[in-house]
Amino acid sequence: MSGQISRFLALLREFYDAPHRGALARAKREEDDLFMLLVFSEMMGVPNPASYHTLELLPLLYEEFHEWHVRMGMERSPLDHIRCC
Amino acid sequence: MSALLLVALGLGGFTLGYFFYSKFISERIFRLDPAFVTPAHAQEDGVDFVPTNRWVLWGHHFTSVAGAAPIVGPAIAVIWGWLPAFIWVVFGTVFFAGIHDAGALWASARNRGKSMGALTESVVGRRARSLFMIVIFLLLLMVNAVFAIIIARLFVDFPSSVIPAWFVIAVALAIGWLLYRRGVALFWPSLIALILLYASMWVGDAFPVALPGAILGLDVPAQWVLLLFGYAAVASLLPVWVLLQPRDYINGLQLFVGLAIFFLAVILAAPNVVAPAVNSNLPADVPAFFPLLFVTIACGAISGFHGLVSSGTTSKQLDKETDVRFVGFLGATGEGALALAAIIACTAGFATLAEWEGFYQSFTSGGLGAFVQGGGSIISNGLGLPQHFGETLLAVMAVLFAATTMDTGVRLQRYIIQEWGSIYGIHRLTGRYLSTSIAVVACLALAFGAGGGAGTGGLVIWPLFGTTNQLLAGLTLLVLSVFLMKLGRRSRFTLVPFVFLITMATWALLVQLRQFWEREQYFLVFLDLVILVATIFVVLESMGALRQAHSARAAERAAGGQGGGGTGAGPGS
Repeated sequence: MSGQISRFLALLREFYDAPHRGALARAKREEDDLFMLLVFSEMMGVPNPASYHTLELLPLLYEEFHEWHVRMGMERSPLDHIRCC
Repeated sequence: MSALLLVALGLGGFTLGYFFYSKFISERIFRLDPAFVTPAHAQEDGVDFVPTNRWVLWGHHFTSVAGAAPIVGPAIAVIWGWLPAFIWVVFGTVFFAGIHDAGALWASARNRGKSMGALTESVVGRRARSLFMIVIFLLLLMVNAVFAIIIARLFVDFPSSVIPAWFVIAVALAIGWLLYRRGVALFWPSLIALILLYASMWVGDAFPVALPGAILGLDVPAQWVLLLFGYAAVASLLPVWVLLQPRDYINGLQLFVGLAIFFLAVILAAPNVVAPAVNSNLPADVPAFFPLLFVTIACGAISGFHGLVSSGTTSKQLDKETDVRFVGFLGATGEGALALAAIIACTAGFATLAEWEGFYQSFTSGGLGAFVQGGGSIISNGLGLPQHFGETLLAVMAVLFAATTMDTGVRLQRYIIQEWGSIYGIHRLTGRYLSTSIAVVACLALAFGAGGGAGTGGLVIWPLFGTTNQLLAGLTLLVLSVFLMKLGRRSRFTLVPFVFLITMATWALLVQLRQFWEREQYFLVFLDLVILVATIFVVLESMGALRQAHSARAAERAAGGQGGGGTGAGPGS
């Protein structure tokens, strides 16, 4: 019984989320892309006063780096010293 | 005749249609394959392509297609008597809407989840795609204008609906905030939201709100129309999660609750249908039901808007291809059930034939007013609620449907304008404020141009809206037919509805053109002509596309080719 209830609640939640999932995920991705650009800006020649701090984030963001540069229209890694694909 | 018989016949027809016709179409024509890897799996990205439970997809499809339109259409159309409307709704749902919705879903799923517009381009051609966009824009324009007028009329006729209708916005904002900013689970907010919604109807019932009177020469309905577009503009600019998403959700919930309450009340009250089967005592301004019936009831029998829902979003979330039948056919059936409820409310909710005729004194006088009043009395007889409350309940239901559609409609119009801006390199058009303003101004021009200023003549454009909707459905059916031909399957199950729809749409446009001309409504003459030109282009495009598909098929046969397409289809069985 409780299994059925929790299944129903999960479906209800999906009923809430599913119709707008794409729009929300896209909005989030756009913000993330901008953030990515900020983090990598110094390496692309754009001065960034916070680059010292964002340096720490590089390893965390590296996993998403490939998808990002492809999405931004760059087939290969745009950075000389960061290899990707 | 008892309304129960009508319910039994209608729902029985839908059930037979689902179990036999949709099975036949799914197995023999679409040949749905449980092993086919749907785009949701093949291109899964967590953004658009996400495999989703079929119940959720059905719920989404049903709630996004069942709105105010399947209520308004039948509510106007019963002026010809209940029988024509009833037959068209039942047959239309089974043989037109079902295959249209499911077909759009299937064709999209077989083409990497492309939207109907993109599919039109790849199956028929570039020009057809532009045509598709224009028809969609016209459709949105009319839907927004008509719905604003409808809501304004409801607010004036049923002032008890004003408080609950605006209060829902606050409830939706609260739910959005709780879910996204506070991470609260969904169940309690939903339950409390529903309780608050129905409680607010009691409050609205006790405190009806009426605007004071004409301001700056604007009548009360015109003031409401302006307020509504102001709201829609702001709402469509807000992030989706803030308002649109929770509003859609509450709307979906109250659709299920409302339908359940209504059918329960019909069963308990067992009212008699007082309206004639075929009305022989028609008011002078009512046009012949052939062809106008088929454009007056668009949603509820077949509507092109469904194809946009099917192909753009639902197809990208399809878990298994065999779910197409459940989501597409049953989603359309749900809308048919809402149209059936509207027919019953507008024909069985009155005590005597004279009372019914009092409501249907002219072509545009019945409509939602009859639905709310008639349905309200059925609810009050069946469930023992005060008549007033029953009326408020249905009026709020209709307002919420129409208002949510307006939110989405203005947003979609903005997207189209922005897309045109980027296609033609007009950078300023891609801005969200300018594009929203253009969308709203265009809608307002139509709402007032069609006589909405006085709030009386707005429903005159309803059949034009229906025609445009049918035109869009026709385009989708055309794409499906060409697609089926290319696969070497029997295309007559989509081709016959296509020919029927386009014929009725063209005929209805000509009839109305003459009517508008005689009444010197030149704005409507212009609008009618625009739609007529679009229709002619649809016919030309389709003739070209069908001839091409046919000759390609013949050439393939002559070359000794068996079967067709990349999907392992055999020759027509």
